[in-house]
Amino acid sequence: MPKITYIEHNEKSHEIEVANGLSVMEGAVQNNISGIDADCGGSCACATCHVYVDEKWFSKLPKKESAEEDMLDMAYEPKKFSRLSCQITVEDSLDGLVVKMPSKQG
Amino acid sequence: MIKTDVLVIGAGPVGLFVVHQLGIIGLKAEVVDNLDKVGGQCIELYPDKPIYDIPGIPKCTGETLIKSLLEQIKPFKTNFHLNERVQAISKEKENWKITTNKNKIFITPNVIIAGGVGSFEPRKFSIKDIEKFENNSVFYSIKDKNYFKNKKVCIFGGGDSALDWAVELSEISEVTLVHRRNEFRGAEHSADVAKKLEKEGKLKIKTPFQIQSIEGKDKINSIILKKEDGKTEEIKTDFILGFFGLIMKLGPIAEWGLNLDKKKIPVDTENFQTNKKGIYAIGDICTYPGKLKLILSGFHEGALAARACFKLARPNEKYRFEFTTTSKNIQEKLGVKKSD
Repeated sequence: MPKITYIEHNEKSHEIEVANGLSVMEGAVQNNISGIDADCGGSCACATCHVYVDEKWFSKLPKKESAEEDMLDMAYEPKKFSRLSCQITVEDSLDGLVVKMPSKQG
Repeated sequence: MIKTDVLVIGAGPVGLFVVHQLGIIGLKAEVVDNLDKVGGQCIELYPDKPIYDIPGIPKCTGETLIKSLLEQIKPFKTNFHLNERVQAISKEKENWKITTNKNKIFITPNVIIAGGVGSFEPRKFSIKDIEKFENNSVFYSIKDKNYFKNKKVCIFGGGDSALDWAVELSEISEVTLVHRRNEFRGAEHSADVAKKLEKEGKLKIKTPFQIQSIEGKDKINSIILKKEDGKTEEIKTDFILGFFGLIMKLGPIAEWGLNLDKKKIPVDTENFQTNKKGIYAIGDICTYPGKLKLILSGFHEGALAARACFKLARPNEKYRFEFTTTSKNIQEKLGVKKSD
């Protein structure tokens, strides 16, 4: 299974195996990693699963759809490498992905 | 003071359907919601997105579903207390006493929390000490636009609220519209109007910029904007207005002693009662082994919670299970005429 590293705002790091097909958000929520709220449950409707993707990884991810870019307008402190983790589907090619959580989700 | 059989907190799809389930067994409900309209997440987060898993309805939008639910509960003439948030709860003999932020008091044996992920509140600016400027230089909604007349106003956001207010206020104020990217997600027409006003010198647009800090002691004197590459720019302004949409916060319910587990309320799946007698939780806000955050699950949860409410609201009567297809009693409550 691909390993994903989630880094909390306080630098606490979690390396987790996440099954293919789950979203990066689900990987965090199912493993009780704090920092990702996912209020809407993963329907790209709330911007509370916001993460900063490691720069090296950002360009390797499938591109954002416009709905995700629109939702990011509402995220807390969006930056250049911001993504909504519910919109990133885990697959083998993402083994080693590193995402950081913002100081809060809103 | 309002006495009722059941107080329902939250007017989302699950809150609306439980009113139906209560109504057909003869219980009167009052509904409180912090938003200014009914519908909860269906209306606030995805009014136009199709939903495909409502039993018997192959496809409908959030808005259509809410309209149908309202139609379905019409016979019960329910009171909705909108723009109002529940605050405190205390025990009063056999009843619960609930006070809202507008000091309305409800006395009821049953409280059903159908609060979703919490009440909707505006998303705020993500800068330090912003709170001390709130309601004097910083606003997230506009009550009286004349307050901003002949003043310098910076409006933040890329959706319809930001665009519409920027256009409207540009007639009476000196407006700068700031957004984190060059594209606006609001209606194309509104964005075009704003861009036209910018060309005519009636409005300034600053993209892609975000706010970095505020200068000023008690009131704002100026703000510092930053670009992605780190470049900053100072803008003199009297007010800043943020339109970043809404976020859900659990609010005072978190302090009601309901043994929260990750912001969810644990319930007994026999009747969806919480750890407190007469307080139930249904829909997205409740948790139990196997819980699914689906609208259809919330409907089932409400049906069972409603029957549990009957015991406390009518302690001297016996509840009899009946079908809507055959029960004259229920059909009378629904106002069904023989010819229907």
